[in-house]
Amino acid sequence: MKAQRLGAWIAIAIGAGYFIIPLLGTLEFSLRMRRGQYSFDAYQSVFSDIQFRETFGYSMMMAFLTIIFGMLLVVPTAYWVRLRLPQVRPVVEFITLLPLVIPAIVIVFGYLRLYNSSSILPLTGSTSGTNALLMFSYMTLSLPYMYRAVDTATRAIDVRTLTEAAESLGAKWPTILFRCIFPNVMSGVLSGSFITFAIVMGEFTMAALLNRPAFGPYLQLVGANKAYEPSALAVIAFAITWLSMGLIQLVSRFQKSAPAKA
Amino acid sequence: MAFLTLNNIQKSFGPVQVVHNFNMGINKGEFVSFLGPSGCGKTTILRMIAGFEAPSGGSIVIDGKDQGALKPNQRNIGMVFQAYALFPNMNVHDNVAFGLKVAGAQKTEIDQRVKQMLGLIKLEHLADRFPYQLSGGQQQRVALARALAVKPQVLLLDEPLSALDAKIRVSLREEIRQIQQQLGITTVFVTHDQEEALSISDRIVVMNAGHADQIGTPFEIYNTPATRFVASFVGTLNIIEGKVADPASGAVTIGGQRISLKEPVAGLKGGDSISLALRPEAGSIAEGARGDTALIGEVVATSFLGSVIRTKLRVGNDIISFDTFNDPGLTPPVSGENVTLRFAAKDLLVIRE
Repeated sequence: MKAQRLGAWIAIAIGAGYFIIPLLGTLEFSLRMRRGQYSFDAYQSVFSDIQFRETFGYSMMMAFLTIIFGMLLVVPTAYWVRLRLPQVRPVVEFITLLPLVIPAIVIVFGYLRLYNSSSILPLTGSTSGTNALLMFSYMTLSLPYMYRAVDTATRAIDVRTLTEAAESLGAKWPTILFRCIFPNVMSGVLSGSFITFAIVMGEFTMAALLNRPAFGPYLQLVGANKAYEPSALAVIAFAITWLSMGLIQLVSRFQKSAPAKA
Repeated sequence: MAFLTLNNIQKSFGPVQVVHNFNMGINKGEFVSFLGPSGCGKTTILRMIAGFEAPSGGSIVIDGKDQGALKPNQRNIGMVFQAYALFPNMNVHDNVAFGLKVAGAQKTEIDQRVKQMLGLIKLEHLADRFPYQLSGGQQQRVALARALAVKPQVLLLDEPLSALDAKIRVSLREEIRQIQQQLGITTVFVTHDQEEALSISDRIVVMNAGHADQIGTPFEIYNTPATRFVASFVGTLNIIEGKVADPASGAVTIGGQRISLKEPVAGLKGGDSISLALRPEAGSIAEGARGDTALIGEVVATSFLGSVIRTKLRVGNDIISFDTFNDPGLTPPVSGENVTLRFAAKDLLVIRE
């Protein structure tokens, strides 16, 4: 029994070491920009770089828009499928899983063929059109996570009965959706949003091929041309991801405190 | 003229017809219970009245207005669900106020009405609580207040007490009846619990496989069940198989013993089988017991139930249960003893299928 437990601890230590040691190495390296002593020079250099601020701001804005439009697409879809079309649920689940199995580069080439400047819908013909296309592609990438998070949250409430209760009290669809359903699936929406945020902040393929000034291509650019700053950026990117994961945990814990009594 | 009329209502789900040509008129202020086992169509009728299901045929008229073209949110019908269906993100006040806000009422009017409703269900002190902070009984009372706040023309209750424990169920059903009488609101109540239906209804509809087997007052339903199903579903009832001896005089034989029914047997001839029903409380084996009819049988079991002693008697191939009040001065019969069961011929009912 003791030997088993020891084995388990060794396995955990190896796994944690495999993950933490490179990260500590990266962190340590990012602090060694000044010769002979640790400093935050690399971080200072990154934060003072105007391109960093521009690309970070751009990706933040894209993440924000992706979350808003993703919510508007996914919440009514998950709600409607659960309420009226439960028989198409496997189909919808399959569709939402497709972005996991189709590589991003294939999707973006498909977009470029469909929406190039000589197509019927020439989204790539203008900056705003390309931005919209990038946002839609981010929505596609985050769809598996967003849909699942929201679908799980809708499963936790009795969607049908709540809808009927609201209807019997005179409510119409927008009221039912935004006042009775949305607030009760907010934990799922927020979980999906934080995952979406993390995905958008680090995404490279779509932004690079659509030639938009996003944070992902900037990371690649800095990585190719500088020594210490890429490590600082890697640590920043990890911090963003962890912050998102921490917020997901916080939101789900908040939701757990409010189950209905029998 | 009835306030709520169900005209020849039918409902099919695919090839399965769950409600067959249902007709009924419910008067204003009346409390009607739909009673029946799971799958008998009672909830489907309720949902058709609410507008959540569209009838496959027939019409629903409330206060002279056909509801066919109206959506659920246009019908002004209050509904209470088995699962409470309170909005988890709203506190008690906001739940009760929801329908009024949707209707565009003024804040002062909303606050006044919510206070009035919470007073009605005696939960004013819990206005700031969220549903998860309430017990099941409290949640259901809030759901009732929420349904009543919008002053609906009809109140629908879909097994509202099923999820509650026995004690709360009894007190809440009395509270529901009291509030219903106080407000004089036309109410349709769906339940599979016969005691619930018998205790609070003006009339009961006993549903069986999509048909109304009997519509009547609780007294009528209990004392003169129209069908074998009603007889067996409502209360405890002995079903006794007999043979017609003389249809004209109402003579039948049970286990070889000849007795007379209160009236001639119509539609049957001598030697035909006949089903008869007898309530357990209608018979007695006590000395000097009243009753113009008697059957001799062998005691097969005696159960002491506190205030009541239930005795099972074998008469021919039938086992007849009957209840007598516990009297410490009398000795209960013992198994194997032959006793005479006396009852009034009028209590022996002929049951049609």
